[in-house]
Amino acid sequence: MYDGGKIIAGLIIGIGLLMSPFFYNAGKAAKEPERALTDKAKQAKQCVMDKAYMTSSHFSLLDEWRHTVVRDGERYYKRADGKVFYKSLQVTCMDCHSNKANFCDQCHNYMAVTPYCWDCHIAPEEKK
Amino acid sequence: MNFILSIVVSSLAVVILVLIPWIGVGALDLRVIFGILVPYAAMATFFVGIVVRVVDWARSPVPFRIPTTAGQQWSFPWIKSNPIDNPKGNTGVIVRMIFEVLLFRSLFRNTRLEYRRTAEGMPKVDYEWEKWLWLAALVFHYSFFVIFLRHFRFFMEPVPGFVALLESLDGFMQMGVLPLNGLGLPGVYLTDMLLMMAVTYLFLRRIYISQTRYISLPADYFPLFLILGLGLTGILMRYFIRVDITAVKQLAVGLFKFSPTVPEGIGVIFFIHLFLISVLIAYFPFSKLMHFAGVFLSPTRNLSNNSRFKRHINPWNYPVKVHTYEEYEEDFREAMIEAGIPVEKESE
Ligand code: HEC
Ligand code: HEC
Ligand code: HEC
Repeated sequence: MYDGGKIIAGLIIGIGLLMSPFFYNAGKAAKEPERALTDKAKQAKQCVMDKAYMTSSHFSLLDEWRHTVVRDGERYYKRADGKVFYKSLQVTCMDCHSNKANFCDQCHNYMAVTPYCWDCHIAPEEKK
Repeated sequence: MNFILSIVVSSLAVVILVLIPWIGVGALDLRVIFGILVPYAAMATFFVGIVVRVVDWARSPVPFRIPTTAGQQWSFPWIKSNPIDNPKGNTGVIVRMIFEVLLFRSLFRNTRLEYRRTAEGMPKVDYEWEKWLWLAALVFHYSFFVIFLRHFRFFMEPVPGFVALLESLDGFMQMGVLPLNGLGLPGVYLTDMLLMMAVTYLFLRRIYISQTRYISLPADYFPLFLILGLGLTGILMRYFIRVDITAVKQLAVGLFKFSPTVPEGIGVIFFIHLFLISVLIAYFPFSKLMHFAGVFLSPTRNLSNNSRFKRHINPWNYPVKVHTYEEYEEDFREAMIEAGIPVEKESE
C-alpha cells in the first residue's frame, strides 16, 4: 500500500464517524417514552380522534384548530359521532392531558421536538 | 445508450425499487425482512464495500506528481507564487483539500467556452464563469449533510445536542410546508426544499446542456432519481402521510443496538423510505457516489507540486537488464568490420 498509514487512519476515522450511532447507543438502555394517562383521560377512554391518528398527527389537528379559531372564529369542533369539543390547546387538550411532563414531553424529548407553542400558551401547573 | 432510454431505464429502476417494499410490506406484511434484514444487509455492503474500494485505491501507485497547477509555482522569492493552487508542501495541500472538500473550489473555478458574435458581427470566443453548477452542488451536498445529521434524532437516544441546534436553525421559519389549514405543523425544514430544488436543477442541467447529456449514462441518472425518490418519500412522510415516528425510532435504535424489533403500526411509506436509503447505501461502493471517499485520494488535489526539488522514484521501477552499445559492439565487431560498418574500437 502506498501512504498506507495515512489512508488507513482516514478510513478508520471515516468509518468510525459513520458508525457512531452503533457506539453511541451501545450499553445504553433503550428507553421508550412512557406516556401516562391522567385519571380524567382514563375515564374518557378516548381521545379527540382515534389513537393512531393522535399518535402520528396530533399537531395537524392542533394546527387545524388554531387556524379555524384564530382566522375563522369557529371555536367548536363536532366529531363524526356528534361529540363536541371546544377547540383549545390549553383548555381542552391540557385538561385531559394535564400531566404535560409525563405525557407530551415524554415523546417530545424522545424525538427532540420542541413545540414553540409554550412561548405563549400556558402549560398546566403540575402537581408533584 | 441514448439519453431518453437512459432516463427511462433508471427511472423504471427507481419505480421498481418503490414497488418492492410497497408490495412486500403493504400486501405481504414482510416487516422483518424490510425493517431489519434489508437495512443490515445494506449497511454491511456499505462498510465492507468502502473498505475494499479504498484499500484497492491505496494499493495503486501514483508514479508521478500530477497535481493540477492552477497558480504560479513556488520558485524565486521575487516571483509571487500561489501556495494554495500550486502547493509546494503539506500545509498548502491541506488548505487546498479543505477548500476542495468543504467549498468545492474546483467547481467554483469552472468556466465555460462560449462562441458568440460581437455587435459588429465578428465571431468571438469567450470563457464564461459558470457558477450555477457549483452553487447547486454546494446546496445539494450541504442540504443532504444537514438532513443526514438531523436524522440522528432517530438513531441516538438520548438525542445529542447538535441535532436540536440544527432543527431549530433549519426550521427557523416556523412555517408549514404549504399555506393550507392543517399543514402548518410540523414546521418546514429549509434543507428539505433546498435538496429537492438542487437535485431537480442538477437533473435538468444534465439534460439541458447537450455535452453533459451526451456523456450521461444510467449510472448518472439513477442516483439522482433515487435521491429524488428518497427526498419525496421523506417529505411525504413528514408533512403529509404521517407515521408514528416514536415507533420508527424504536426500530432504528434497535438496529443500532443489535436488538432489532419491528414495533406495530408503522405505515408502509416508512418502509419505502427505508428501502430506498438501504439501496442507496448498498449502491455506494459500486458507483460514482464513492467520490465521497475518493475526493480525499485524488492525486490531482492531494499531491504537492514539488518535483522540481524532490526526486520521486517510480514505485514499480525494477532493475532492467540492459545491453549497452559497447557490449553489442563487443559481440559483433568482427562481422561489423567485415561489412564495412564503422566501429568505435578497432579490434587488435
Ligand atoms: C377527553 C379527554 C381527552 C382530550 C380532550 C384529549 N385527549 Fe388525547 N388522549 C386521551 C386518551 C384517553 C388517550 C388514550 C387513547 C387510547 O389509548 O386509545 C389519548 C391519547 C392521546 C395521544 C396518543 C398517545 C400515545 O400514547 O400514542 C396523543 C398524542 C394525544 N392524546 C394528544 C392530544 C391532543 C393534542 C389533544 C388536544 C387536541 C388531546 N389529546 C385531547 C384523552 C384526551
Ligand atoms: C405568539 C404567541 C403564540 C404562539 C407561539 C402560539 N399561539 Fe396559539 N394562540 C395564540 C393566541 C393569541 C391565540 C388566541 C386565543 C383566543 O382567541 O382564544 C391562540 C389560539 C390558539 C388555539 C385556539 C384557542 C385556544 O384557546 O387554544 C390553538 C388550538 C392554538 N393557539 C394552538 C397553538 C399551537 C399548537 C401552537 C404551537 C405550534 C401555538 N398555538 C403557538 C398565541 C400563540
Ligand atoms: C406519541 C408521542 C407523542 C405524544 C404523547 C405527544 N406528542 Fe406532540 N409530537 C410528537 C412527535 C413525534 C412530534 C414531531 C413530529 C415531527 O417532527 O415530525 C410532535 C409534534 C408536536 C407539535 C408540533 C411541533 C413542531 O414544532 O413541529 C405539537 C404542537 C405537539 N406535538 C403538541 C403536543 C401536545 C400538546 C401533546 C400533549 C397533549 C403532545 N404533543 C403529545 C409525539 C408526541
